[in-house]
Amino acid sequence: MSESIKSLAALKRHIAALDRTPAPTVGCARLATGHAGLDAALDGGLLRGRVHELFGAAEEEGAAAGLALILARLAADDAPLLWLRTTASAKVGGSPYGPGLAALGLDPARLLIGLMADDAMLLRAAVEGLRCPALGALLIELRGRAPLLDLTASRRLALAAEQSGVTAFLLRVGGDPVPSAAETRWQVAAAPSDPLPGNAPGHSAFALSLLRRRAGPDGLAWRLIWDGEKGAFGDGRHECHEHGQDGQQDGAPLSGALVSLPADRSAADRAA
Amino acid sequence: MDRTDSRTARRYLALWFPFLPIDRLRIARPDLWAAQGDAPAVVVENVRGAMRLATLDADALAAGLTPGMTLADARAREPELRVFEADPHGDQDWLERLCDGCARYTPNAALDSGHGLMLDISGCGHLWDGEAELAQAATDRLERHGMRVRHAIAASPEAAHALARFPAAPAPDEDAAVRRLPVEALELEAESAVALRRAGLRTVGDLAARPAAALAARFGEEAVDALHALLGLGHRPLAPRRPRPAIRVERRFAEPMGSSAHAIKVVAEMAAEAGEQLAERGQGGRRFEAVFFRSDGLAFPIRVETSLPIRDAPAIMRLFQERIDSLSDPLDPGFGFDMLRLTVPRADPMAPTQLALEGGEARKSEGVEALVDRLSIRAGRARIQRLEPRDSHIPEQAQLALPAVEHRAPEGWAPVGEPGDPPMRPLHLFDPPQPIDVVAEVPDGPPHRFRWRRTLHEVTRFEGPERIAPQWWQARDGAIEGESTGRTRDYYRVEDARGRRYWIFRHGLYGAETVHPGWYIHGLFA
Repeated sequence: MSESIKSLAALKRHIAALDRTPAPTVGCARLATGHAGLDAALDGGLLRGRVHELFGAAEEEGAAAGLALILARLAADDAPLLWLRTTASAKVGGSPYGPGLAALGLDPARLLIGLMADDAMLLRAAVEGLRCPALGALLIELRGRAPLLDLTASRRLALAAEQSGVTAFLLRVGGDPVPSAAETRWQVAAAPSDPLPGNAPGHSAFALSLLRRRAGPDGLAWRLIWDGEKGAFGDGRHECHEHGQDGQQDGAPLSGALVSLPADRSAADRAA
Repeated sequence: MDRTDSRTARRYLALWFPFLPIDRLRIARPDLWAAQGDAPAVVVENVRGAMRLATLDADALAAGLTPGMTLADARAREPELRVFEADPHGDQDWLERLCDGCARYTPNAALDSGHGLMLDISGCGHLWDGEAELAQAATDRLERHGMRVRHAIAASPEAAHALARFPAAPAPDEDAAVRRLPVEALELEAESAVALRRAGLRTVGDLAARPAAALAARFGEEAVDALHALLGLGHRPLAPRRPRPAIRVERRFAEPMGSSAHAIKVVAEMAAEAGEQLAERGQGGRRFEAVFFRSDGLAFPIRVETSLPIRDAPAIMRLFQERIDSLSDPLDPGFGFDMLRLTVPRADPMAPTQLALEGGEARKSEGVEALVDRLSIRAGRARIQRLEPRDSHIPEQAQLALPAVEHRAPEGWAPVGEPGDPPMRPLHLFDPPQPIDVVAEVPDGPPHRFRWRRTLHEVTRFEGPERIAPQWWQARDGAIEGESTGRTRDYYRVEDARGRRYWIFRHGLYGAETVHPGWYIHGLFA
């Protein structure tokens, strides 16, 4: 009996020696999002060289992909960003649109898009990408349940990210959270924007909640507004006020609120 | 043929496969071939509404059938016939494979008309102890493979072509052999050949003795051209199937090499050699091709492509290894590889870099290029893409997704709209746009609510319309799939009650272009 306890202890020691000591999180580079509340809750920002999971419902794919891209762009600085997705997601969710990326302040020239045949190929390519330190950030888009992304697969991604220092964002559209080796886990949804005068949709707004975090409290929620021009997140509230006093009266009707004129102007012709 | 002559004059080897479609069926499709017993075999094709014999095997020829006969006539004469449909594309592919296999004799191998190959063997004969031995080696190899082949060597491609196809009486030398060829060897129209025979001109030699002007007057310039080409008076170079690459490294083995792992090691040596040659020229390769020649005549080409010029042997080998690992059927040595060849079909200038002094910045971007190369090779070159702007106001035509391996990062993305505005263009674009059901207060008014993917969205905020007209000079542009002409689109940026932002448009101006304008969703905003 005692022998078996001894061997058990030896095994445990062996496993402890095999398992890498967790990389120190204190001295690690953090990626400041620019949103004061978010950065404070995260002790300065998201950790670089880790995997961050973003979950979004299937109907929220625009917002989820948008926020994931923005975060990936922030993490990548000026280095190229690789967005891996499957041809099936491109069919359902549409393809990335350069002018729209540019409008969000994300330079399409520094974006590489990898369209993989299936999830297995995508995960292989993701590990390959994470091993390349020259890459700024990696965005991995998986749709649905993605059974191939189990604990082993996500651990493999996390190890590769730790070694190379490339930050990975795992975008899960329409998936349910399963155990994973990710550093943080977020739920993303679109939030009503601060309207421009004329009740036009304003800057991209996101409702972000922290589902899980390795070291620290979770369950917090924020509303983020992304200003592509400044390249920073904000709360949006005061900006909205500034906009209101921008020389124009609040709610002043713009052309958008009006019924558009008949295109052929036949009524005007007849009246004349 | 003495050596000094062979150095100055061109020499051509013509290979002709008289039974190519039948041999191909026998070798490549033994299942089809054996299914119908062993009666005389014919390949038929549809000519002007009738099934006619295209190629016949020796048995069928012996039975008195001739090419061009209708299938019904042939069956009347020979009820037991094996009939196969002609497959010109399959034959062409097969011929191209044979041509690639013949690249072991000369770099300058081309397809020849009428199921033949033409090899420019000038200066290649000494590697095989003479050109006759070379031709013998080539025909032996093809015959071992099961192809029936006839060959001839001559000083011009046309003469070799004709000598391989037309039985000529033995002649003391090549020129006499050409002169003894029948007039059909000129491959003129059938009527011309008959007319020449009626005039008593039976051989090429008879024709050559006549003044060219009279021949041209009666049979046209092309008859004189054909005659001169046959006699080797005018030189027309071959258009090789593969252009000759700048850099080529080869290894021939006395004994076929049975292990592909070993063969890959040899390719690595060759890559180092090619890298040295590239460094001497100040170039780096953008494309590399390794060809594994098997002793039974098949050749496996493996090609890799890079987005930046490289000449570093380990880097080249990593790409080859990546490509070999992604092959659906592994590199099969069969009875062994007897020759390996590494070529660099495309090389670009590449200046030597000093990484240490330049702060390593160059190395950083090079790393991503290497990743792009590896992923492009593993997944397929079209799967790793970059977006490139296009000057068009039709939204789906404003960008192109191009393979990242061959296109450098483009510049010049100008955001649409004024600075400080929220995004005017969506992050995701649907191409084609997806139809939605929209409720609007008036037919040409803004949307009120819409249904997309079985979900009802209440529009709380919108901006629009932004009118995008089709390009009138190209009426088809801007048309939704399945419609003949483009219509004006009125785009709205809308936000639903839960904050989701969409880009939707009404297709067609109400009243002017259509009575029931359709609505489509074209994109998703972040």
